[in-house]
Formats: sequence, C-alpha cells, structure tokens
Amino acid sequence: MPSTVPPEFSVNIDEKKCARCKKCTIECGFGALAYSNEFDCILADDSKCVACLRCVAMCPRRAIRIERSPLTFKHNDNFTDEIRKNIYKQAETGGILLTAMGCDKPYPIIWDHLLIDACQVTNPSIDPLREPMELRTYLGKKPDRLEFDVDENGEIRLKTELAPNVRLDVPIIFGAMSYGAVSYNVQKSLMMAAMQNGTLMNTGEGGLHRDFYKYKDHVIVQCASGRFGVHAEYLNAGAVVEIKIGQGAKPGIGGHLPGEKIDAEVAKTRMIPVGTDALSPAPHHDIYSIEDLSQLIYALKEATEYKKPVSVKVAAVHNIAAICSGIVRAGADIVTIDGFRGGTGAAPRVIRDNVGIPIELALAAVDDRLRQEGIRNQASLVVGGGIRQSADVIKAIALGADAVMIGTAALVALGCRICQKCNTGNCSWGIATQKPHLVSRLDPEVGAQRLTNLLSAWSHEIQEVLGALGINSIESLRGNRERLRGIGLDEKTLEILGIKPAGR
Amino acid sequence: MIRIDAKDMHYRALNERIRELVESGEAGVELDNVCGQKFIGDGLRARMRIVINGTPGNDLAIFMDGPEIVVHGNGQDGIGNTMNSGKVVVHGNAGDVIGYAMRGGKVFIKGDVGYRVGIHMKAYQDSVPAIVIGGAASDFLGEYMAGGVVVLLGLSGGKITGDYVGTGMHGGVIYVRGDVEDNYLGREVIKSEPDARDISIIGRLVGEYCAHFGKDFDEIMRKPFLKLSPRSHRPYGSLYTS
Repeated sequence: MPSTVPPEFSVNIDEKKCARCKKCTIECGFGALAYSNEFDCILADDSKCVACLRCVAMCPRRAIRIERSPLTFKHNDNFTDEIRKNIYKQAETGGILLTAMGCDKPYPIIWDHLLIDACQVTNPSIDPLREPMELRTYLGKKPDRLEFDVDENGEIRLKTELAPNVRLDVPIIFGAMSYGAVSYNVQKSLMMAAMQNGTLMNTGEGGLHRDFYKYKDHVIVQCASGRFGVHAEYLNAGAVVEIKIGQGAKPGIGGHLPGEKIDAEVAKTRMIPVGTDALSPAPHHDIYSIEDLSQLIYALKEATEYKKPVSVKVAAVHNIAAICSGIVRAGADIVTIDGFRGGTGAAPRVIRDNVGIPIELALAAVDDRLRQEGIRNQASLVVGGGIRQSADVIKAIALGADAVMIGTAALVALGCRICQKCNTGNCSWGIATQKPHLVSRLDPEVGAQRLTNLLSAWSHEIQEVLGALGINSIESLRGNRERLRGIGLDEKTLEILGIKPAGR
Repeated sequence: MIRIDAKDMHYRALNERIRELVESGEAGVELDNVCGQKFIGDGLRARMRIVINGTPGNDLAIFMDGPEIVVHGNGQDGIGNTMNSGKVVVHGNAGDVIGYAMRGGKVFIKGDVGYRVGIHMKAYQDSVPAIVIGGAASDFLGEYMAGGVVVLLGLSGGKITGDYVGTGMHGGVIYVRGDVEDNYLGREVIKSEPDARDISIIGRLVGEYCAHFGKDFDEIMRKPFLKLSPRSHRPYGSLYTS
C-alpha cells in the first residue's frame, strides 16, 4: 500500500554553500541524502529524514538546514498532526506503533516544581572550593543496629556481620542499556567512564561481551526473563546482580530485540543464533509471586556466594510503595525504580506514552513507606527515568534516593540528538546501532572522556548545592525533604512528596 | 564418594558444604535425607557427580555449569533453570518450569512433568540443551522455545500433553511419541514427520533415557514420533510499525 504519511522534516541544502563533498550522504544512517550525477547536487528524500542532525553537524560548509515540514494538515488541537499521522500509519500497516527513547508527552515535570533551600544567616553555608564535600555512598543492605565486641586486648571489634555493599564515588550510575540495543562502543565508553569515576554501569539484559569482563568491579549484570547470556560466570563478573522485572518506558512489557539487530557478536554475547528475535517477555516464568521473586533473589545470592548485593528493578506504577515493600521483604539489597520517562531502545508507543507514573512521586511514596515499615535500611534505592541534570539528582536524593541512574543523559553526552529512532538500528551517531560503519563513529576513549566530564561537572554542581545547603555529605542530604519546597503543586501532590509549599 | 546427611540442614549450609567439596576437587558427593533444600548445584562450575536421596527443593541445578545430578526421588519446580551445561536425572516425577532458558546439558525425567517445561530454552552453536520426559507434560510445553530439543515419551499412558504446546516457539524442536491434536498446539508451531536426522537425535536421547531408567529401547521406539517445530524464527517480525 503506498504511504500517504507526509514527511515530518524538510531537508534544505544551500547549493551555493554546498561543496559537493558528499560527506552528508555517508553520514546519514537513514539514507535520506544522495548525490545526483545528473544534476551535480545533493538530493534529499525528506520522508527518510528523522532529524538526527548528523549531516548538519558534519557538513564542513554548514550548508544543511533541517526544518519541520511546512503545513501538512489543517490545524486541529484535538486530532493533532501526530495523532493523524499515527492513524495513517496504522491504517496502512495494521501494526503496533513502535518508538524509542523516553516519553516525550507534556506531562508535568515535578523536578521543575521543586526548589532547594539554602543557608544564610542562621546557619552558615559551606564553601565547597575549600571544604571537603563527600559524594561517596554505598549501595546495599545496612544493618538494623551495630553490635561490638571487646577482645582480650581491649580492642573494640564490630560484631555485626555486614551485608555486601558496593561503593560509589559519585551517586550517579549509568542505567541499563543492553549490547544489542546500543553498540559495543557505547558499552565500552560507559564501562571506562564508570571505572574512571568509581561508579557503575549496567549491562542491561543482553549479557556481557567477553572483552568487558575486566571491568567487573564497575558492572551491574542483569538477569531478565529471557536470560540472554546469563550463566554462572557472567553472574560472578559483576559487582551487583540485578533482576530486571520492569522498565520505566514500558512497564508490563518485556524486551524484544528484532532479529536484524542480532549480528554475530551480539549473538555470541546473548548466546542465541544470529538473526533470531531475542524475545524476553515481561514475566519471568519462574516468578509469579513475591515468594518466587525471593527464590530467584536467593538463587542469585547462592550462585554468587552471598558476596554481591542483588538488585530488583521495577517500573514506577500505581501502588509502587507496596510493590517495593514486598521486594525488600523478599530479600533485595537494592531496589531500582525506573519512572515513566525512562528511555528504551524500542517500545510500543501506546505503552511508553500512557503507562506508569513519574519517578518523583514513586520515589517519595516508596521511601516514605519503607521508613514507616522500619525497613528503609534493608535496601538502597536507586531511581531513574527522566534525570536530566545535576539539580534532578540533588532533588531525587533529597526525596530519598541513595543514587540515581542516567540513561538518556549519558547517551546525549555521547552525542545522541534524541531523534527517537533507536528502534530502527540506523543511528547516525553510532549509538543505537550494530552497523559497523556507524558503530565506528563513536570512539570509546572520546566517549568515556565526555561521560567523565559530565559526571565531573555534575559532581561539582552537586557540591556547590550541598555547600549552599550547609551540609558536607551526600548522605546527609538523603531523604532530607525539609530542604525542598514545592511550587505550583497541588496539596495532594505535596502530601505524597512529603514536602511543604514554597513560603512555608 | 563423600556422603552428607542433609536431614534438617538449611539449604545455605548444604550448598556451602557442596561448594567446599568442589573447591577441594572432590569428584562426587551423595546427599541423604534431602527434603526440600533449594538451589542444590546452583551456579556450580565443576565436573562433579551429586547423588540425591530424597526430594530436592526448587531450582535444582539453576545456573549449573558442568556437574551431573542424579535424584532418587521426585523433583520439584525449576530443575535446570538457566542451566549452562551438565546433566540432571530424576527417578520420579518433576514440577513446573523445568529447563527454563536452559542453554546446554541434559535433563532426564523418568515420569511426568508440570507446566511450562522447556520454556525459553535456547541453543547457541555447539550448546544444544535436551529435556527427555518419560511420562506426560502439562500446559505450555516449550513455550517461547528458542532452541534445544524436548522429547516427550508419554509412557505413563493417558493424555500426553496439556494445552498450548509451543506457544511463541521460535526455535528448537519438540518430539512427541504419539500424536498431538491441533487444538493443543500454539499458533506458532507446525507438525511434521521426523526425518532420518530427527530419528537419530531421538534415538540417542531415548537410548540415554533407557540406560538411566532401565527401560526397553526397542519398545519405546516402536511407536512413531511426531515433530513439532516453529513456523518462523521471527514470529513477531511484522507486528510493529514505526
């Protein structure tokens, strides 16, 4: 059936500026640009342009301009252009609309309605340029109380047995992005940056490439329902083992890496044949209850000899507080919650845009519930799904998080333009692709440096804010909601967040 | 062979003891009075023989990579869960989700099994896992199966499979001794007659089954087998648009 969906973008090439170097035709991963011998110019197929803007960035003469296509439909606030386009596409194909990255709908962003306190006359602020500021934190179960023994020499010794914890020098980790969804070079950049900055990256559910076993102290290995690349050696090759139940962009939905992305290396890492769909449905078929979850948590602890914290990752959904209480009681050392703005390599649009809740509310509700039940110390809370800047990190920690995870922000640091076409595998920036000529565009050394710079910049900013708050450690900020005020939020939302309105 | 009396032993202590034996290079261990201890063989990477007298708990041989486990008794749920290599032989019946995402090695169950057996089974290069079931299987046999071999012998008589056999199957093969009516099959599955290569695969696995449980090979092989395989390696390839 011929498509009647009009192109979203229009590619304009200034012929006077264009040197006919043809670089843009190579740079476009989506095949939207081609050189015409006949007319001696670059011809653009607007229908293939996704506004990844690689050509614009790489054109040596700055001769390319991408614009939104001129009026394609009569304006309507109800049946918007996007809604009409989606109906046309579905009328043509009968398929589920697939999309990538996080939800881009204009739901309120609560981070932007939170303001942070500062010390002035009554309490002095601290100058972070001169005073030490502690950003170090530990993930894992903390004991209910500490007991000590005094030995015959009068030495005091800790009697309480401590559960395994993992050290973070910055309270920011890289969220799960599997090899297959992102390229080898992306994972390598993340691992190198995690190692350089004393933090963690998460393999996602695609296994761990053999080359990366050397980064083991900085890796969270995931065990998802499809169990791709999961074996005893893999489980022991990480600092943390994570059971992936849900993901913010697609709660209740599993992973589905299409066969065309399963090349030889991805197949080797996932341990499946080349070209087969990698299906990883939402339910783990050995988990149908909290008791079953507990069983898998302890199976993983047995397999790693109780030496590593076990994390359980869920999407932020209604009743998340009770869900997380169950997860902690099932024995998880870390609970990872991903809000509805969390990214994805591919998800049905209807799920991404309509299912789940914001991480701000989920985090506040979970932290509150675990405190009320007296079990907050039994697990660390890691949250993600829409963390865009250091201010979001600070606000998340003040709402009760031990650490945050960043996915999209990390990819943006690597060059991603959020064109939201990861699902096609044509990423012109060499991020969400397995095509060798595209993958080679991201130099892992450069990528790691950019990520390191980002973490370093955010760390300095967090230290500045801590100083302004008059506190000198990130641990003193955790759950410190008195330091937050809401602006433009209704009473119920303030109640769930556990904060006062600005002015009080 | 070392013997351990597992009576009243917590699974954690029992498994720790087994890991110690592995580390000391012990080639075999026999566990007496096993009663519900979970995770025996969990993540063990070794050449070792574990004989279990009693009923082991759930997730026997989960993440296991190498050992051989023989159970003189029934098995419970999750035997061979995400197993990488090795062998499990159960002289009795077994529960649900046997061989979940199993990627190598073999599981032999003398009698019947429960639900979702062989779910997500995978294969990669030389690693081709196999499950041989002497009796009948319940619903969802080979669901989401992506590789490997399941042989279902139906020796206990009566109905041989439950409903939804091979739902979502996109790799691997299920051989059933006897017939399965179409209405018990998932949409992703096609029925066919085994060829010479199939018969040789079945023959080898049935031979091993008979050797473990002392059954008559010729009598089992006399009845014809049915082959169930996936229609496509990409069952949901055209479900999406973007």
